[in-house]
Amino acid sequence: MTYLPLLGILLVVAGFALRLNPLLVVTVAAVATGLIAGKPLLVVVAAFGKAFNDNRFVTIIYILLPVIGLLERYGLQQRARTLIGGMKRATTGRLLLAYLLFRQVTASLGLTSVAGHPQTVRPLVAPMAEAAAEKQDPDIDEAGRERVKAYAAATDNVGNFFGEDIFIAIGSILLMVGFLAQNGITLAPLELSVYAVPTAVLAFLIHGARLLWLDRSLSSPSRRDGEGDRATRGGGAAAVGPSTAFGGPPPHEASPHREDLR
Amino acid sequence: MITLEHLYLLAGAMFAAFAVLSLGDRDNRKRFGNAAFWALVAASFFAGDRLGDLGNGLLVLCLVAIAGLGGMGRGHPPTTTPEERAASSERRGNLLFLPALIIPATALLGTLLLKDSGWIDPKQVTLVSLGAGVLLALAAGYAWLRPPVLAPLQEGRRLMDSVGWAAVLPQMLAALGAVFALAGVGQVVGGIAQGMLPDGSLFAAVAVYAIGMAVFTMIMGNAFAAFPVMTGAVGLPILIHHFHGDPAAICAIGMLAGFCGTLMTPMAANFNIVPAALLDLKDRNAVVKAQVGTALPLLACNLLLIYFLGFRQT
Repeated sequence: MTYLPLLGILLVVAGFALRLNPLLVVTVAAVATGLIAGKPLLVVVAAFGKAFNDNRFVTIIYILLPVIGLLERYGLQQRARTLIGGMKRATTGRLLLAYLLFRQVTASLGLTSVAGHPQTVRPLVAPMAEAAAEKQDPDIDEAGRERVKAYAAATDNVGNFFGEDIFIAIGSILLMVGFLAQNGITLAPLELSVYAVPTAVLAFLIHGARLLWLDRSLSSPSRRDGEGDRATRGGGAAAVGPSTAFGGPPPHEASPHREDLR
Repeated sequence: MITLEHLYLLAGAMFAAFAVLSLGDRDNRKRFGNAAFWALVAASFFAGDRLGDLGNGLLVLCLVAIAGLGGMGRGHPPTTTPEERAASSERRGNLLFLPALIIPATALLGTLLLKDSGWIDPKQVTLVSLGAGVLLALAAGYAWLRPPVLAPLQEGRRLMDSVGWAAVLPQMLAALGAVFALAGVGQVVGGIAQGMLPDGSLFAAVAVYAIGMAVFTMIMGNAFAAFPVMTGAVGLPILIHHFHGDPAAICAIGMLAGFCGTLMTPMAANFNIVPAALLDLKDRNAVVKAQVGTALPLLACNLLLIYFLGFRQT
């Protein structure tokens, strides 16, 4: 067996890594793969065109946009922010836990765009989490702040990814319906989306537990005194003094740090 | 009977409106690029089945040319100011969520109640119900909010322009999967994967599929791109055809295993690198590092879920 057909995958990887326009990358990969398989250029273009046409329903989700846009015109995002802002008195972990639930529930109803990194994390969730962390640990250092903010962004991603597939008309569900139809298996979107529920629950439990763990590490800094390597984290942070030990990541994240490169 | 064709006409009409409104948007330097792009998408929805395969292929190449040459910008449709929005949000409260909830509610009820009604193509009942939900929500929005007549289309265009050419990326990746299948990419990857599999071990096959989805997603930066490759290579031939697993459970949870990969790769820049920049984090991989501790156990859970939910009959 020849490995030549894999060149298309390599092209996708290289193209995405070089940050070329993904549509261009995908098209070049498709044409190259077809040519390598010994098909004439026009046949490859036609095959790509047919597959594009057969998969139009993947793009159908955008018929939601006029409704979402209309509601945004009358303050939908401001409303979402008010709801999130109402969680004020919580600890960092509990605040992010509530946001995780909010994000999963709204994404599962198809409202993936009411929240997100530019809409809610940067203006709201990250500053609120940081403020809560300052109350829990008044001596929090720069590394600790970074970690809390990174957790805020991570919580948005986890909530979004493991909520949206419960909604029947999200791109990934429709992509699967299309792929299976091409291979002779007919499934309704709902049959696929029910299987997103167990993972959504587990994602909430796992990430939620880590958020509560984050709380513990913020409020009991002495707990990790014995862990040694934390104090050396990031040359710049050492200036803060004894509190450098407070903000290190939990043990499972003990990976080489890039801070020394900055 | 209402079929997917009718839904395509609705989508075509919406994209055609986006094209026309883009053309009149003099604040957007690249308005002709936007108009041409959305017009081509509209043509695909209106007439895709009459263009022929080669015609569709050329349409795709035109879309790619516009996007690849940087021909699209962001339009500036008329909308409300942040102050007006805050005031409206204050006045209307959480009721604002209600019209948005009409859509999933209609889609769900339609799927459950209208499957055998004879009004709707039973294979497409979910998507058709979704379209009906959009129209109902729009009607409710008009009745309650009394917006200018064109407001939903202008606001829709505002959001559409912010997505831009990326709107057709999932569809393109699905098409790429089809070309890969044609060229036998799945067989090659499947051959490699099967070489690593002990004979007849279902658990090992599930593990190769779930972990393969995550790893391929990390390499390609995108579970949508990884899905056709891994499912064509391992999911379909081994798990579904050989071991007679349930395609719905295997594919749906397999995709989520891929999402675990998305959490662990800087290649998924939108989710992992852009937020680090937005939050002024010094370590650009800080978000990925915060996610690994969730992604790895969740990947293990997905592996077990495929094993236990995908093969209940056998």
